[in-house]
Amino acid sequence: MLGKLTIDALPFYSGIAMAGALTVVCVALGVVAFITRLGRWRYLWTEWLTSLDHKKIGIMYVTLALVMLVRGVIDALLIRTQQAFAFEPNGYLPPDHFDQIFTSHATIMMFFVAMPFVLGLLNIVVPQQIGARRVAFPFMNSAGLWLTVSGAGLVMISLVIGKFSTAYWTAYPPQSGVQFNPGVGVDYWIWAVLLSSVGSLLTGINFLVTIVKRRAPGMRLMMMPLFTWAALCTSILIIFAYPALIVAATLLGLDRQLGMHFFTGLQGGGNVANYVSLFWIWGHPHVYILILPAFGIYSEVVATFSGRKLSGYAPLIYSTAAITVLSLVVWLHHFFTLGSGADVNAFFGSAAPLIAVPTIVTIAAWLLTMYRGRVQFSVPMLFTLGFIVTFLVGGISGFLFAVAPASIHDTTFRVAHFHNLLIPGALFGYFAGYQYWFPKAFGFRLDEKWGRRAFWCWIVGFCLAFMPLYVLGLMGMPQRLNRTNVADWQPYLILAQCGVLFILCGIVFLAVQIAVSIRDRAMLAVPGGDPWNARTLEWATASPPAAYNFAVVPEVHGIDPWWTMKQETANHERPRFRDIVMPGNSSAGIALGATSFVFAFAMIWQIWWLAAIGGLSVFAAVLSQTFHDRVGRRIPASEVEAIESRRAGSDALAVGVPT
Amino acid sequence: MTDAVVTANNGDEIEAEAARRAIEEKTYGFWIGLTSDAIVFALLCAIFVAMAHGTADGPAGDTLFRLPRIFAQTVLLLASSATFGFAGVAIAAGRSRRAVLWLGVTFLLGLGFISAEIAELYSMAAADAGPSRSGYLSAFFTLIGTYGAHVSVGLVWIVLLGCEVGLRGITPFATSRVYRLGLFWHFLVIVWINIFSLVYLPGLL
Repeated sequence: MLGKLTIDALPFYSGIAMAGALTVVCVALGVVAFITRLGRWRYLWTEWLTSLDHKKIGIMYVTLALVMLVRGVIDALLIRTQQAFAFEPNGYLPPDHFDQIFTSHATIMMFFVAMPFVLGLLNIVVPQQIGARRVAFPFMNSAGLWLTVSGAGLVMISLVIGKFSTAYWTAYPPQSGVQFNPGVGVDYWIWAVLLSSVGSLLTGINFLVTIVKRRAPGMRLMMMPLFTWAALCTSILIIFAYPALIVAATLLGLDRQLGMHFFTGLQGGGNVANYVSLFWIWGHPHVYILILPAFGIYSEVVATFSGRKLSGYAPLIYSTAAITVLSLVVWLHHFFTLGSGADVNAFFGSAAPLIAVPTIVTIAAWLLTMYRGRVQFSVPMLFTLGFIVTFLVGGISGFLFAVAPASIHDTTFRVAHFHNLLIPGALFGYFAGYQYWFPKAFGFRLDEKWGRRAFWCWIVGFCLAFMPLYVLGLMGMPQRLNRTNVADWQPYLILAQCGVLFILCGIVFLAVQIAVSIRDRAMLAVPGGDPWNARTLEWATASPPAAYNFAVVPEVHGIDPWWTMKQETANHERPRFRDIVMPGNSSAGIALGATSFVFAFAMIWQIWWLAAIGGLSVFAAVLSQTFHDRVGRRIPASEVEAIESRRAGSDALAVGVPT
Repeated sequence: MTDAVVTANNGDEIEAEAARRAIEEKTYGFWIGLTSDAIVFALLCAIFVAMAHGTADGPAGDTLFRLPRIFAQTVLLLASSATFGFAGVAIAAGRSRRAVLWLGVTFLLGLGFISAEIAELYSMAAADAGPSRSGYLSAFFTLIGTYGAHVSVGLVWIVLLGCEVGLRGITPFATSRVYRLGLFWHFLVIVWINIFSLVYLPGLL
């Protein structure tokens, strides 16, 4: 009746796991109770959960990312604490539990922090940057969000029911095979990855089409803001790379569930190398799916806070495109130690460092923009500067990995290297974007003081946590150890532990920043809508924008169109408003997420009747969206005019207020 | 605010423009989606080729594949591509009943193909050459199974669109949906030609 699901699935095996499970359950119940008490379910349902407005979907994506970031950092804290104190005696985590936490940390950070953060910022910003009123496929956007949420839900519920994978986030066979991982952990991983991958793929297609087809009249490709360019390249990478992950995870599942021999059963013809290749054919471009949008954000932030047009606009674009192409052809440098042969290793070893060329062009362009600019050290700019300095270390350490025989592969040096790329290279960028575009989304700025404090905690914490790992890697410490017997390593591990505590403070300060900013929102309000004196088109809309973004779609004649519009003498002629057709609401997106969650959960626990119900419901949810000919709901010109004149009124009030 | 339903003869300019644009974007997006799907098939084909010798001393293509059956499947599929083309011509001519008829023929041809494929896989599995027998057979069953799943989805969609055209008549939206289904269907035929060349021919020659 319930497949493999029994009472033993509850985490009675460990106090820590039980505490984690109770925390998840209590927080979830607490949120439900809180919303019920406020009586805001209807508001939540109509204004947010079923919304097809790209800005709201973006805000929900970023919220998911921030919530999961907390979980990911707690996992990191548990890992570092174990490594710091597991010298000779065993520490406080048994190996099986340690590996679960290790796997969930990386899985969460990759799929449920970085990816939703990217897609959220894309959603909030890109349509407005290109002068569009909406994305090309509003329902698909909502479906992508809710598939990602249900994937995150699977990882969270694995804490309560059953165990998560112990095969690390890469899930290499044979360790992820049914022989060494007979439980449901790897199945949780597979389904969480599959759901979020399909969601990301849908969103990638959506943004490619949006950027290609929905730009404002006159905006040629070589006039698009850098963040939009990054979004375009990221979408292309998503479209090309994610199928490989979907194939890898599916074949792994077939090996596990149907006893196939893709990767397991070496006598049966299986070959682990195929999995590793498939995984990194996705995995390497994925690094750039995460980093390119951050680069785009840095470009916007540098131009705005230097008060200058970007130096090297065209080289920046060519670099972004070059990185996009190169990232698709160097995947093998993630596994030189697999032994693919000298010629293959030599080819990929030579190709990999090429990526440094466009990266250095990019950094040079930012530095040139700042040079002779009037640099304002705002919080987004601090994250950008912190990134430039620390990323250089990460990039240079990456060079060492192009040397196939070096002994640093698979040591903590590698751990330090990729955290060095993904924390400053990606996460700092998202934070910069979050601070920069927060007033765009909500109409008030985030508090500067707490932002600075959070920044300093993050950068100090990052350096403390990962610089020791470089040293440890050179000393020969393998990655993923759950305990050690080398006394020389322990001081560095304790240092790294201190780093995580700083990062934890960084998270707390970011939370405080939100609370303080909401409290002081009247003081931090941005009635003019353009608090940073920015350059690109997203600041031409109201902050927060009306549902339709632009009452009148602007004509674009060059880069930085908003800057140009501000320089031109104000045109006081009243625009003639027209009716605007906007997408309405749809509950099919959240229904798709919920039913796919049920389906995946049933497949994981082999509850076949529930899987059948879940599968049919997924089909029904898709079908309900497929056969209606509604283009949306119409906002009459009179209503547009009313909204715009209210905005003009508040703009007039804002004159004289320093921004 | 009102829910506006766009039909073929709605004179409203703004909504007609929105509808035209939506159709154009969906077609473009569908092409992009097919790209991702093509990559899935390319990777499965690559895995199949990489595992061509992983037969674990079990049966391989030369003993498992039957040329008449593959030939029949190919003919059915190519014919269905042509009949789908006729359905598209009928839609363009505004003749909904004829379009439904051709969609029906396409469905039957596709059903014939999928039946032959299921029979093939079933007979192999029954003869101790199932997907868990060897890496080679895992790759074969997965590639062919994925293909069959695609064709099956196409069949369901042919039924649904046939109903739409039959019941609601030929609207701009219905036309665009049939067009996209056509892209999908012809795409599958192209994939089949690749599978035929990569999977069956080396086994039969």
